[in-house]
Amino acid sequence: MTEPLLSIRGLTKAYPGVVANDDVSFDIQPGEVHALLGENGAGKSTMVKMIYGLVKPDSGEMRMRGAAYAPAEPQAARASGVAMVFQHFSLFDALTVAENIALGMANPPALRDLAARIREVSEQYGLPLDPWRVVGDLSAGERQRVEIIRCLLQNPKLLIMDEPTSVLTPQEVEILFETLRKLKSEGTSILYISHKLEEIRALCDEATILRLGKKVATCTPRDTTAREMAELMVGAELHTPSRDYNEPGAVRLALNGLSVASPGQFGTSLKGITFEVRAGEVLGLAGVAGNGQDELLGALSGELRSAAGMVVLDGAEIGTKGPGERRRMGLLTAPEERLGHAAAPDMSLTENAALTAVDRRQIATNGFLNWGRARDFAKEIIARFDVRTPGTENAARSLSGGNLQKFVIGREVLQDPQVLVVNQPTWGVDAAAAATIRQAILDLAAGGAAVVVISQDLDELMEVSDRFAALNEGRLSDIRPAKGLTVDEIGLMMGGAHDMEVAHG
Amino acid sequence: MDLSAINPVLLIASLMVAATAVMIAAIGELIVERAGVLNLGVEGMMITGAICGFAVAVQTGSPTAGFVAATIGGAALSLLFAFLTQFALANQVASGLALTLFGLGLSSLLGQGYQGIKPPATPRLDIPVLTDLPVVGRILFGHDLMVYVGLALVAAVWAFLKYSRAGLILRAVGENHDAAHALGYKVVRIRIMAIAFGGACAGLGGAYISLIRVPQWTEGMTAGIGWIALALVVFASWKPWRVLLGAYLFGGVTVLQLNLQAAGIAIPVEYLSMSPYIITIVVLVIMSADKSRAPASLGRIFHATS
Repeated sequence: MTEPLLSIRGLTKAYPGVVANDDVSFDIQPGEVHALLGENGAGKSTMVKMIYGLVKPDSGEMRMRGAAYAPAEPQAARASGVAMVFQHFSLFDALTVAENIALGMANPPALRDLAARIREVSEQYGLPLDPWRVVGDLSAGERQRVEIIRCLLQNPKLLIMDEPTSVLTPQEVEILFETLRKLKSEGTSILYISHKLEEIRALCDEATILRLGKKVATCTPRDTTAREMAELMVGAELHTPSRDYNEPGAVRLALNGLSVASPGQFGTSLKGITFEVRAGEVLGLAGVAGNGQDELLGALSGELRSAAGMVVLDGAEIGTKGPGERRRMGLLTAPEERLGHAAAPDMSLTENAALTAVDRRQIATNGFLNWGRARDFAKEIIARFDVRTPGTENAARSLSGGNLQKFVIGREVLQDPQVLVVNQPTWGVDAAAAATIRQAILDLAAGGAAVVVISQDLDELMEVSDRFAALNEGRLSDIRPAKGLTVDEIGLMMGGAHDMEVAHG
Repeated sequence: MDLSAINPVLLIASLMVAATAVMIAAIGELIVERAGVLNLGVEGMMITGAICGFAVAVQTGSPTAGFVAATIGGAALSLLFAFLTQFALANQVASGLALTLFGLGLSSLLGQGYQGIKPPATPRLDIPVLTDLPVVGRILFGHDLMVYVGLALVAAVWAFLKYSRAGLILRAVGENHDAAHALGYKVVRIRIMAIAFGGACAGLGGAYISLIRVPQWTEGMTAGIGWIALALVVFASWKPWRVLLGAYLFGGVTVLQLNLQAAGIAIPVEYLSMSPYIITIVVLVIMSADKSRAPASLGRIFHATS
């Protein structure tokens, strides 16, 4: 047995009111792909932040190749050969690729030399990139390449990847895995965080499973089924949403060549989107983030207006109508961004319940609010969707992501919509809560509503949709029945591999 | 009306003087905003700089000492803002407005007894051959040193932002402070330095008014120049050379309308007086219609949650 590259012993970190990591120990061998698994809030992020020097552990120690390793800040971690590809928050939209990469290096060369190095390394690993492009104009997959190349330029010994595939098409995932295998064959260790278990089975050599901050198991992913790993993570048996297939009814929502310009500078404009959703049907829309999902949701909710005939609800042309009017007519939407878009962070749950339900639940009479009714509605959502919160008067901000997501989805579902549009309904939500939300969507469709689910989670879409399509740069692919679609077909619908190529050599 | 009384050479030479104060203050604020902080206290820091510079110049008899004191005064006041917004995490808009009111009050207090005094004169540049050249000599080589300092500042800020690593980090902090923090940059420290630089520039701009442009001390003598500097930064799309352009436009129209008033043109004085503000803003609004946009983290409170 060789000496481990990084050995972690008894690492503990507590925040006020919650122990994020409790006495966690594991080893990462040189050239090993090590998975770190766990539900949301299991402490994976805190763990990698400690390894990367962003957070100081309360107790416990880390040793790198036998020597004490306690990075005080990320620069120190980078100097020791630890690099990290972040899930969010780490690129600067207004700067170029080369500038972004220079910011992540301790002693970057002049930008011109750096650009040449970026070209060289990116070709070597099959991740082509133009160093002078502005990052805000890149696709999600390309942005991730920027992050990976930023790490690779420093010849890391340990590469930490936090949910790297959540924004990629299946083909892009395959290319990423080729790159990672090439790195592994060169002796680089990889600490891989994900909750996509099939990917972990395909890629990783060892897995450490965390639950509520504690290490609960270690396993070899190749020899363990995805279901076993999932149950280790959750600590309970998983419930799979069930559904009855029924014949779709009349057309509820129709889009006719919907084209809308994006309001944001780095947004994607919608180009000629046409589809119909019938009563009792779920239409799943896949696509890598930034291909027009937010704009489509906006165009359906009424935040973005279009020509009247482009959006038709139950035979009525509503393209020019605003959100309030569309809600009254029965078209409800739940956007992706929970804090700030779907809910007002500093307002109470009662107030948030009233905000979208004011008309459909008769919360206002003659312009005056009936707080009793609003509170009752909030209580109903909390009870029906098992939202864990001390009460209806807590601020939306105080709920965990999963609980707030259950609240905002529940709020729309309980308003008895004719058509419901949800974007990323289970983003960042743990498996049990995700199952509740999906079941609610299926029940709603069974009750005669038409549902559009926009999501980047293909497993979720396969589970809930009757028909399936993908958004790619603001255009919609062909719509196909969801049953029997293969991952390869879906990948091609999503726009394939965005000119990536498999790593050379 | 006698337009021939307006001498174009004198006009250009004096517009450079008229533009300098607002230009120096705006270039400082530009750095602050590129770092993601909105400091609305420019007016307060300018007037504080104006009285600090005036008082010290009168006491020591040296304008240079006055300008140094103005820089320190402006920077010191801005550190109060830095403390409020970066440590106490106070709202930047409210803190900036409070800073303006505080600066106006503080300067009146410090200015007691300095009214009606003349400050020591700041020498003009006088290069034997160059200054005597016709037309260009007067325009390019006949000013006080601060005019050139202002131009040099704009060039330096432009080069700093475009070519230096420190400038890149500053822009990164203003663009996405969470990402900058995740990469291990000291967001708060960088912002405090930017705020202090902005304060120093505002102080310097203020002292230019009280020591050279007017030159005397009266309460509230900056008369809204700080607000114009703030507007300039926004309408210049956070680009240094556009700040220079906007400032010269503002200075130019100011001087021109004074000349027109003196020439007795048949436009009511009130319209002439408001013209510099309107023309500057209209021109810069038209120019800022391109793709450029504010630093993405501008005005947002950074709280390190790690």
